[in-house]
Amino acid sequence: MSHPCLVTIDSRSAPRTMFSGDQLVDVDLPTGTRVLYTKPPIKPLKDVDAAIRFAINHPENSEPLYALLKPGMKVTIAIDDISLPLPPMRRPDIRERVLTIVLDLLTDHGVDDVELIIATSVHRRMKAFEVRHMVGDRIFDKYWPDKLYNHDAEDPEGMVYVGTTDVGEEVELNRRAVESDLVIYVNLNLVPMDGGHKSVSVGLCGYRSLRAHHNPKVMRNCHSYMNPETSELNTSVTRMGRLTNEKLKVFTIETAINNNMFDRPLSFLAKPEDDLSATERVALRTLKATLERTPQPARQAIFQRVPSPYGVIAVHAGETEAVHAKILAKNFEQYCVPVQGQADILVSGVPYISPYNVNSFLNPLLVQCMASGYLFNLYKGLPMVKKGGTMIIMHPCTDLFDNEHHAPYIEFVHRLLPITRDAMQLHKEFEPQFAKNPAYIEMFRTGHAYHPTHPFFMWYWGEAGRQHLGRMIVVGADNEYIPKLMGWETARTMDEALRMAKTSAPPDPDILALHMPPIGMAEVTAPAGRPPASSRRW
Amino acid sequence: MAAMPASYFDVDGTLVSTNLIPPTLYYLLNQPTPLHVMQKLGGALLKAPTMAWAELRDRRLFNETLYSVFQGMSEDRLVTLADDVFDRIVRPALYPGAKDLVQTSIDNGHDVILISGSLDVVIEHVAKYLGATGYIANRLEVHNLRCTGKLLRPVVAGPNKAILVRDHARENGHDLDECFAYSDSYSDVPMLSIVRYPVAVNPDRRLTQLAKAYSWPIISLDSAARSA
Repeated sequence: MSHPCLVTIDSRSAPRTMFSGDQLVDVDLPTGTRVLYTKPPIKPLKDVDAAIRFAINHPENSEPLYALLKPGMKVTIAIDDISLPLPPMRRPDIRERVLTIVLDLLTDHGVDDVELIIATSVHRRMKAFEVRHMVGDRIFDKYWPDKLYNHDAEDPEGMVYVGTTDVGEEVELNRRAVESDLVIYVNLNLVPMDGGHKSVSVGLCGYRSLRAHHNPKVMRNCHSYMNPETSELNTSVTRMGRLTNEKLKVFTIETAINNNMFDRPLSFLAKPEDDLSATERVALRTLKATLERTPQPARQAIFQRVPSPYGVIAVHAGETEAVHAKILAKNFEQYCVPVQGQADILVSGVPYISPYNVNSFLNPLLVQCMASGYLFNLYKGLPMVKKGGTMIIMHPCTDLFDNEHHAPYIEFVHRLLPITRDAMQLHKEFEPQFAKNPAYIEMFRTGHAYHPTHPFFMWYWGEAGRQHLGRMIVVGADNEYIPKLMGWETARTMDEALRMAKTSAPPDPDILALHMPPIGMAEVTAPAGRPPASSRRW
Repeated sequence: MAAMPASYFDVDGTLVSTNLIPPTLYYLLNQPTPLHVMQKLGGALLKAPTMAWAELRDRRLFNETLYSVFQGMSEDRLVTLADDVFDRIVRPALYPGAKDLVQTSIDNGHDVILISGSLDVVIEHVAKYLGATGYIANRLEVHNLRCTGKLLRPVVAGPNKAILVRDHARENGHDLDECFAYSDSYSDVPMLSIVRYPVAVNPDRRLTQLAKAYSWPIISLDSAARSA
């Protein structure tokens, strides 16, 4: 018997409502289609502050935090950036709660030399109002901007070489962190690819370190990058993280949240359509009609500016790997839905948000990153779709970019993709040029643009999906140009897309549809009677 | 071997917050006698309406009118006062990020060329201070050790900047397909348009619109905007 979150469509089923960017679209899926819904949110901790105190006083494989503190020592607190959670969490953000307790503890122990660094790696600098939302008024007013600031991965004086792993990966990190007596990392683990060694050794590094694993070769060997055990990316990051932890004293605090993304007025968006009450059906129709009549910037504001009522479900602290193992288990408990058998055709809407467009537009390159990257990779075990299968996505693919945040993306999409989609050629021929572009570096360091190499990473993020999938068909694109640049086919309707997909699928294909957001994952196993795919012949 | 890329920087309004007028005024106010000062200022005031008109119509004509007030000034004074003009007028007006941006370009292997409507005697100091590898600037004609008030051709302004950049690139082996140009002003669109990588720096309203339309990078070297 299948899991309750895996709903099979029959002749009486209601149409499924899927995101197509920031619009909601009804689609009729064939009978027999399995639709993967997300698990209900895990009940949050009753007393989060008590859980934080317990975690730092009873850490994993480490002395308690208070025992590591000495008056006069130099402490750096690094914090995850705004790329998670999505959308931002309702205040107080869990990072504010952790920071409040940790900073009070530091003060009590006579530790005054404290700086807080937002571990942006090569993400854009967070703006003041975003930082305030994340850390709260009290901490912001006390520390911003001299003692609370964004990491600058391109500051030649601010980065320092730490060492090289035995396979040649260079670790270069934020100087302040390296020269501190203690680094405390405050994490928010939204998905299983977050956290662990990635926190310090990626969050506080620069391009020199990132290129060791943010490249097509490594990304092709992630099956998936949401499952650290079978992710080459995670293997590389772990090697670099272990080297980091040999040189730096790191105390890790990790937190996990549930998937309660939509507040009560919108909570029906997470429910199976057949289970909606009459009131919820009216609300859904009203919401769809409203979105259709609302200009795009207003739709963006509705979905992105309204914070989510996420609940904290776990807090652990101490040694990085021991802490992360516990948090990962909680992530999987929240997200993983068992699915037996791979599909021939995978269907998914692509929503309006990704970790890289907070407070801006989901541009075409990020649509690609979401489709071939994040959505394709939301599995553990076998991929959701068979090797050579088809993925159908819904998104307008509008040719629109945020000039401020995504400046280098524009050149990547409109100059490089017409030359080649070959990730290896892009990596070898063009990535070094972008990495040295002084204008983009200036925009990254002093404006709010992503690093000039970030669009390349976004392309590589989709590399495992591109290598695995036979076809990608996009439904509802408002232009032909962008899908063609991405190497995708287009269809006007889901019916048309399914007809196209069936031409290259076996008779009576197995169709799996993802009903996201909120976030969920499929734990895919081979169907009964077939050998397990332990040899990774996917 | 691949050609070395070059970055061409407009100066006034791009790297420094002043324009051509404060340095010129400084020259006019520092004449040998008060009578000379009065004469020079009076002459400049009489030309002000023409300059205002020229600024709207033709940047080259504006430059020519502005620099005509230097007529009769000794070459020695022109050069000697350039030190003061740089120290007192230009250097304090350099945007906080100007030096960093030039340095980033140099660090990434670029030849850095300043291209400015200001006088060469002043821009030479700016180039030295910023570490630029060269400059292209306006030059006053000198006859019998006195300025004639005329600019030597080609005048560095507006569309001429595009020609000068192209010539400089050709003479120095730079491929325009690898070159950058930075400016704050719509009047420099010809120069920005001939390189592969145009960048709008602290752009005026019209250049902002154009930069957004063509997805040119927009950067701010102004500290207030940078810290936001």
